[in-house]
Amino acid sequence: MSSLFRSEEMCLVQLFFQTESAHNCISELGHLGLVQFKDLNPGVAAFQRRFVKEVKKCEEMERILRYLEKEMVKSNIVIAATKEKEMVPCARDVLELESTFEKLEQELREINRNHAALRQNLIELMDIDSLLRMTEDFFEEAESLLTYSEPPSEDSVSMTVSSHITSRRNSNSSTSGALHLSFIAGVIKQERFPAFEKVLWRLFHGNFVLRHTEMQATEELQAVRGAVKKDVFIIFVQGDHVREKIRKVCEGFRASLYSCPKTLYERKQMSNSVMTQMEDLRMILRRTEEYRAGVLTRAAEHVQEWGSKVKKMKAIYYTLNLCNIDITQKLIVAEIWCPVSDLTLVQSALIKGSEQSGSSVTPVLNRIQTQQTPPTFNRTNTFTEGFQAIIDAYGVGTYLEINPAPYTIVTFPFLFAVMFGDCGHGLVMTLFAVWVISQAESLRKWKNELTDVVIGGRYIILLMGMFSIYTGLIYNDCFSKSFNIFGSSWCVRPMFHAHGPWQNETLHEYHHLQLNPFVPGVYSGDPYVFGIDPVWNIASNKLSFLNSFKMKMSVILGVSHMLFGVALSLVNFVHFRKFQDIFLQFVPQLIFMLSLFGYLIFLILYKWCITLRSETAPSILLLFINMMLFDYQSEHVLLYRGQKGVQIFLVLTAVLMVPVLLLVKPFLIYRTRMKTRHQVFRNNLNDQHGTDTRSSYSQHQKDEMVSMGDIFVYQAIHTIEFCLGCISNTTSYLRLWALSLAHAELSEVLWRMVLQVGLKISSGMGSLMLVVLFAAFAVLTVTVLLIMEGLSAFLHALRLHWVEFQNKFYEGSGYKFTPLSFDSLLKTQQ
Amino acid sequence: MPSLLFCGPKLAACGIVLSIWGVIMLSMLGIFFSAKSAVLIEDVPFTEEDIRDDKNPPQKIYGLYNQVGINCFIAAAIYVGVGAVSLCQVRLNKRQEYMVT
Repeated sequence: MSSLFRSEEMCLVQLFFQTESAHNCISELGHLGLVQFKDLNPGVAAFQRRFVKEVKKCEEMERILRYLEKEMVKSNIVIAATKEKEMVPCARDVLELESTFEKLEQELREINRNHAALRQNLIELMDIDSLLRMTEDFFEEAESLLTYSEPPSEDSVSMTVSSHITSRRNSNSSTSGALHLSFIAGVIKQERFPAFEKVLWRLFHGNFVLRHTEMQATEELQAVRGAVKKDVFIIFVQGDHVREKIRKVCEGFRASLYSCPKTLYERKQMSNSVMTQMEDLRMILRRTEEYRAGVLTRAAEHVQEWGSKVKKMKAIYYTLNLCNIDITQKLIVAEIWCPVSDLTLVQSALIKGSEQSGSSVTPVLNRIQTQQTPPTFNRTNTFTEGFQAIIDAYGVGTYLEINPAPYTIVTFPFLFAVMFGDCGHGLVMTLFAVWVISQAESLRKWKNELTDVVIGGRYIILLMGMFSIYTGLIYNDCFSKSFNIFGSSWCVRPMFHAHGPWQNETLHEYHHLQLNPFVPGVYSGDPYVFGIDPVWNIASNKLSFLNSFKMKMSVILGVSHMLFGVALSLVNFVHFRKFQDIFLQFVPQLIFMLSLFGYLIFLILYKWCITLRSETAPSILLLFINMMLFDYQSEHVLLYRGQKGVQIFLVLTAVLMVPVLLLVKPFLIYRTRMKTRHQVFRNNLNDQHGTDTRSSYSQHQKDEMVSMGDIFVYQAIHTIEFCLGCISNTTSYLRLWALSLAHAELSEVLWRMVLQVGLKISSGMGSLMLVVLFAAFAVLTVTVLLIMEGLSAFLHALRLHWVEFQNKFYEGSGYKFTPLSFDSLLKTQQ
Repeated sequence: MPSLLFCGPKLAACGIVLSIWGVIMLSMLGIFFSAKSAVLIEDVPFTEEDIRDDKNPPQKIYGLYNQVGINCFIAAAIYVGVGAVSLCQVRLNKRQEYMVT
């Protein structure tokens, strides 16, 4: 019967199946998810295995799929999710898939290349277009200057130049002589322009004219080229030599140069042709994009299905690499670990697989005995998965060891809640967990690591929240205020005049007054029905009471938890039939713990139950210390008669247990070894030709590899760890008190500093301030108190489990059962 | 009519959660203040003179309790409004999502 109590019994099974049916059989086993394949070729390197080529092919296909998916995401094409389980393709289908993929990839790459080239062309044409438009302005400016100006004078270089230009055009009207002027036009990035200008000035000392404007960034331009700003410039110079230099400078600054025709008419023609070219290009680009979108959409319908097929293929080939192939190449031998209770399921899966492949021979299962340790398999469901995960995070249990997970389901949220105890915060946490549980599937799509952790632990958070509500009711703490449901047991009125010592003047004189429970009527005699009395919430010595209460409670909870751990070790001993250990380890440990710390708990409970006068009540801590030091002076107050005798007896018992733990077991081992050695010697002497005895003697020698010294040291370490650990671990449980104190104080500070400010405003604006301050209170509660304190308490509760609880019985040296399972493979990849 | 949408889907969802919490918690606080709970004494803005100069002993303090209670109820009502606005924003966001795709 499988249960969470102990890990499952596993068996090693040999499988024989035909090579043709290998694919189908392994795929059926993969769908089943219950077998782990053992590596039968451990010495072989990865690139020497039989199916390494096929694995490489699968990886290549995965690479193509990733490329396709990236392209789809870039073009905002939705990838359809697959619904049903696909069949795994056999070897022929693999080739088909492979060729489909390669074709798709080539096509897509070509489309992308063409698209890029076309886009580059379009950019160039756009540059030329804006260049023409801008330089139009320059030429017009030059012309207008010439029309309105006098015959050129020498003062402005630009006028001279422009007149030279027009002189070239009109072919004579300038008076300064027909100089051969030429110009260079181009486009450069705006950020490079100042440096460009400077270099030109340094080179040519101003023997040129440079005009530039910023190119208008139309929307289309931005879509095509991006938000890069460019400038159009035109340089007028004389001489070809200079032109070459300028060309080199432009190349250095990566400015693109375009030839610009000189006459207006030519420019207009060029502008028109550029326009038509641009229109054509735009249409071609659109068509290309549509075609690309079509190809991708068609691929998008299948891409998920292909992806999972390829992953399954890769897993199958990887598994085949682990198996042995027979000499005749017809038989595959595999060794698997599988749970004993699932053998029939495995068998039926194999039969189904071999039927699908149409092979005539059914696979053979052969269970073999082995000395190797099987993997540890704990069958979990969605609820227990989270708790098993946090146990396994520390160490996977040894094979067939007792599993701490079912107890952790209760103790972990409980210890968390002791440190977190607040009804209101617990309620918010529970509601959050309920929401995560209901939205778990849709939240998984976010694929964020943090959300994955929260989703994995949603049931843990739910339990933590519910337990926190419970401990919040016990601590009577809800956002740092208490509930008075059942009527407080304390009453102030009887302290006043008629029965009690207070007068009207007492109220005026003193800032703090103490309620005296011995005055009749002040304390009703019955404690508050459930939890801490609400009067403590408004008492100023609340912490003195709560600290003492919480510290004692932490010690009680801690010692109980540890005793439970020791008791679990008994179950382990019984299961593994180590009966000797029960008497040599379990019993002394139990007696040691009970006589010291069990007695401490008894003292605490006893002191809580009896009536004492607070002035003369003995401190439990001092009682305990004096007990260990055997310090019994007459003025010390004891709790009950005969306490001295009882305590001396308990301490002596505990001290006696230490040598029992330390020495008895190694001595027994030593004695058994001596005995067997004597036996072997005697047998050896008796029959000289006993090859059996000689072999058994060498066997014993092998057993004695672990020397006696090692055994003594190991036992000493274990004893010291347990005995000193008892004290340190008990003290460690005081963190339950510390964190709950911190949480309560933080909660109170938040209320007082944030919300109370809003409540105390009595003017009309009070409600508006309250609205704002409540929002701040809510945000701070969630971030500081829920998330930060929650994580902190989670961590400390986890540590208490991992160290203080589990080191009493848990070995945790197994390895986890990792079956070949397509479900988990696809889930992790997604 | 210009778009009434001014916050994204996440902010609107936070607004809804905050307003639900605010409505519940503030109205409960209002009820407890009106019931003159003793645990909430420190949140009531009374001074020494209120206690000393009171003609009719607890009535002044009770009056202050009622005042704070009413403040809490008004704040809860404001949060109902904030919640309604957030709900509208959530609906508008959903509609915009449908229109884009």
